[in-house]
Amino acid sequence: MRRRKKINKALLYVVIALVGIVMMYPLVWMFFATFKSNNEIFGTLKLLPESFSLDAYIEGWKGVGKYSYGKYFLNTFAIVIPVTAFTLISCSIVAYGFARFRFPFKKLFFAILIGTLMLPNTVIIIPRYMMFSKLGWLNTYMPFYAPAILACYPFFIYMLIQFMRGLPRELDESAYIDGCGTLQCFTKILLPLLKPSLFSAGLFQFMWTYNDFMNPLIFINSVNKYPISLALRTAIDSEANIQWNQIMAMAFLSVLPLIILFFLGQKYFVEGISTSGLKG
Amino acid sequence: MPKKKIRKYRKRDYMGLVYISPWLAGFLLLQLYPFVSSFLYSFTDYKFFNEPSFVGLKNYIRLFTLDPEFYNSLRVTVVYTLITVPGKLIMALFIATLLNRDVKGIGIIRTVYYLPSLFGGSVAVAILWKILFMSDGAINNILNFFHLPSVQWLGDPNISVVTICMLEIWQFGSSMVMFLAALKQVPASLYEAASIDGAGAVKKFFSITLPQITPIIFFNLIMQTITALQNFTSAFVVTGGGPNKATYVLGMKLYTDAFGYYKMGYACATSWVIFAMVMVVTLLLFRFSSGKIYYEDGGDF
Repeated sequence: MRRRKKINKALLYVVIALVGIVMMYPLVWMFFATFKSNNEIFGTLKLLPESFSLDAYIEGWKGVGKYSYGKYFLNTFAIVIPVTAFTLISCSIVAYGFARFRFPFKKLFFAILIGTLMLPNTVIIIPRYMMFSKLGWLNTYMPFYAPAILACYPFFIYMLIQFMRGLPRELDESAYIDGCGTLQCFTKILLPLLKPSLFSAGLFQFMWTYNDFMNPLIFINSVNKYPISLALRTAIDSEANIQWNQIMAMAFLSVLPLIILFFLGQKYFVEGISTSGLKG
Repeated sequence: MPKKKIRKYRKRDYMGLVYISPWLAGFLLLQLYPFVSSFLYSFTDYKFFNEPSFVGLKNYIRLFTLDPEFYNSLRVTVVYTLITVPGKLIMALFIATLLNRDVKGIGIIRTVYYLPSLFGGSVAVAILWKILFMSDGAINNILNFFHLPSVQWLGDPNISVVTICMLEIWQFGSSMVMFLAALKQVPASLYEAASIDGAGAVKKFFSITLPQITPIIFFNLIMQTITALQNFTSAFVVTGGGPNKATYVLGMKLYTDAFGYYKMGYACATSWVIFAMVMVVTLLLFRFSSGKIYYEDGGDF
């Protein structure tokens, strides 16, 4: 019996390790490919490069057009950082409204909110495009900012409502007794307690906006406003003689911020995923 | 006779409406209005530069009877969804159950498994996939090393769908973390009781674990299906919809029709087919699960 258990345990570790290797292989390969020459990338099993050369980074950074990747990175952050900030502000305020007040039509509004969780982006993207085009917002970052300012991210509202429901209402009551208004109660009492969940929501919004490809593709058309995703996509499109090692280097640089963020905020990532789904 | 409930709202409660007003405005302007107008546009001939003119069901009739691309795209999308959603969830559940015992180094293992899901539908990872699966790319080199023949991962119409499905299944980490959290909530006493009754590991899994975590599976199933039906990036970047439109998913058809040919009305009709599929799947799942999901506070608050 004991021996069987030991064998089982060993088997468990073997399976976990094997799947883990398969999972990590593409990323590890990508990392080493950034040091390879273009010829080394294909037709060989070797994972390690002949020599660790930084040429792909130096050459790749210059980009293929007028702009270097520095510009594309700045553009990306000019989209992602305001979107994340606006989302957190608007969604936490809305979540506060839902979690702490019993106003008329609340049930209806909440049902709508949950319904919009399932609203596919593809259905609304075309009219949105025409609306933004009439407003003169095409080729600006407003199509990204506007939904964030107006809390069009039901997922985060829902997530923050769930967190806020976990905070005792006595806190609010005592704040009111001390003469706080509702806004003060929110900013002084609840918001500090909400910090971890705001962090989770922020990380996810950052990640999703950072990875987003379809929206930039539709709304942005001049190269000087391209985020990295569009720059990378253009790079594999334009040249006949594609320098894959340079593209891998830039692709690796582009995922690096996410990896760093993940390692810094791992706790919040895991908490964010675990709690947002838990109550279905 | 039931007594009519009269609820009095305190003055303070109306502040709630003020706080939700950004969302209300966003919902009306950026969700409801586009939603309704996309429905209306789907009955018009609208080419972006002209005024929309009403054509009745013509767009839909064309989709279902004349457009040779449509059935192909529909089929590819359904195949893609039927492979990725169960594939992802089964992987996630399998690994989560493995990790739910006391495994040493759970932190690092979870990190390794989660890492690919960080990149979601990013272009960087889609390009990586394209390179890995090229005919003389790394994956075929591994196959050759084991004396297996090369596979045309991107060139064979039957296989290219599988290639982009693998990209999606590779990112099962976030579902796995959700399942892992859900598994931790299952009371240990249930398993103990089952052990006393002589239930084996498999029996325990199907009779205790699975029913206990249905809400999470259900939530994942719906969300993953909605995402899969709208897939765009991987098909667009990895295979470009090819070869021979073998990966030309509905999302890509919609993009090409709308932003390549500016056939806005027609593309709206396609988008409503996608929406109809989302609705059918959601309703079926809800019906299937009604009464099976238990909410601790009855969903009321």
